[in-house]
Amino acid sequence: MKVLVAVKRVIDYNVKVRVKPDNSDVDLNNVKMAMNPFCEIAVEEAVRLKEKGVATEIVVVSIGPKVAQEQIRTSLALGADRGILIETEEKLESLTVAKLLKAVVEKEEPQLVILGKQSIDSDNNQTGQMLGALTGLPQGTFASEVVVEGDKVNVTREVDAGLRTVGLNLPAIVTTDLRLNEPRYASLPNIMKAKRKPLEVVSPADLGVEIKSTQTVVKVTPPAERSAGIKVADVAELVEKLKNEAKVL
Amino acid sequence: MTILVIAEHDNAALNAATLNVVAAAKEIGGDIEILVAGEACGAVAEAAAKIEGISKVVVADSAAYKYQIAEAMGDLVAELGAGYSHILAAATTTGKDFMPRTAALLDVNMISDIVAVESADTFVRPIYAGNAIATVQSSDSIKVITVRGTGFDAAPAEGGSAAIEANAADKTSATSAFVSEELAKSDRPDLTAAEIVISGGRGMGNGENFEILYKVADKIGAAVGASRAAVDAGFVPNDMQVGQTGKIVAPSLYIAVGISGAIQHLAGMKESKVIVAINKDEEAPIFQVADYGLVADLFDAVPELEKLV
Repeated sequence: MKVLVAVKRVIDYNVKVRVKPDNSDVDLNNVKMAMNPFCEIAVEEAVRLKEKGVATEIVVVSIGPKVAQEQIRTSLALGADRGILIETEEKLESLTVAKLLKAVVEKEEPQLVILGKQSIDSDNNQTGQMLGALTGLPQGTFASEVVVEGDKVNVTREVDAGLRTVGLNLPAIVTTDLRLNEPRYASLPNIMKAKRKPLEVVSPADLGVEIKSTQTVVKVTPPAERSAGIKVADVAELVEKLKNEAKVL
Repeated sequence: MTILVIAEHDNAALNAATLNVVAAAKEIGGDIEILVAGEACGAVAEAAAKIEGISKVVVADSAAYKYQIAEAMGDLVAELGAGYSHILAAATTTGKDFMPRTAALLDVNMISDIVAVESADTFVRPIYAGNAIATVQSSDSIKVITVRGTGFDAAPAEGGSAAIEANAADKTSATSAFVSEELAKSDRPDLTAAEIVISGGRGMGNGENFEILYKVADKIGAAVGASRAAVDAGFVPNDMQVGQTGKIVAPSLYIAVGISGAIQHLAGMKESKVIVAINKDEEAPIFQVADYGLVADLFDAVPELEKLV
């Protein structure tokens, strides 16, 4: 079966985020960018499905500027077969992203679409679910286990109260949580091989999707600073402070 | 302007997170109605009707909503919600699951995880794991919003007497079904509602060692949480994770034990009123946000803490 994986180029997980002095946005100039960590988990899951003989082809799609090809190449080096970049310089909202992905799903007709549950920049946690609604496909969000059996997939989800498993008819959509797998690193020979794998570039217009924005960022500010307090010498002093100074015990 | 709040519940009891959502709805202003979708959820509807300031409770009682499956909920809320100005739900794993489906079906964008209301169309939400705070204005005809509970003080659970109305819509999902669940069993308070939270990190070493935290927790009525590192290492289950992608907590007292303080963890607890850090590494970043820091071996300090509280 064919698996489609969506990946996003975001600020590197380890970079300290700074807000621009004019409060218009965060400063992404000269900042290290990388694949969104949840998307890495999505790619890894697809590759494991292929290694198990469940998946036959892995198509990776990304939406973003030309340089987002880097994240597609990384996915190809990890084991995906071909890539599609929907190239745009515009900052897109989730609904538009979902509409673009819907167009790719209609064209590619994958049996399984795997996405990260959220990107670590906007922290929206929306795209997979929106894609589910637009395509009419069922979803297994926040997945910690994915088991494909015949024309069904069982997805174990990390929920507030513990774990919940849902059974979905294929085709279906899965969004990844942290403990679904531990992504591998790409080997040097595979990075070299990835350079020769096909990567198609299309525009939103090619897919017949109009870019529409309904949200305006009024301002972006740094969070309220929390200043370091005091060090206490021992547990007795700690308990005394909590009882008499902070009055929280 | 009428706001539809989607109740969070387990068919037996109303989840307290709903009260925070109602509080957010009150800040937006207008009539507030509550949808209770579940199976045999009459008691939840009655509790919802008692919340102060609610004008109507709509109950969709059907096997289709027993487990609040996203496909069924998304369809139901999109159909019922079409006439409202705002649709609000808690930013729980249930709300996060179905609300984006609802938004897409209504052809609108969604505003996730709001922590403040500026006006009826402008909301404040953390981005980049809370390292930046965005104020976002929406021009969508219906605002579909999830609410982070820690941003709003709970609305009073008593004082209202809203009419309860039944809705017969059946949106049974044809493509998905509940299979099974493993729910955490604990007599301790719920993490997101507890007044005191004590959390363990990688420094706990293993799952058995969490026992020393449970002992302190049981003595002071605290909930027990964990850092991602402790959950990834398999010490404790995922439902205990506090952080950017786990639970967001803001108790009166948060005690971080053996937690270094990665930004993803801080994102889940830095709104706590008082933060205590116990860590043997005095350079650990957790001390930069702690009101009271104790540089000590947790295996000495925690048992002593249990004795002294």
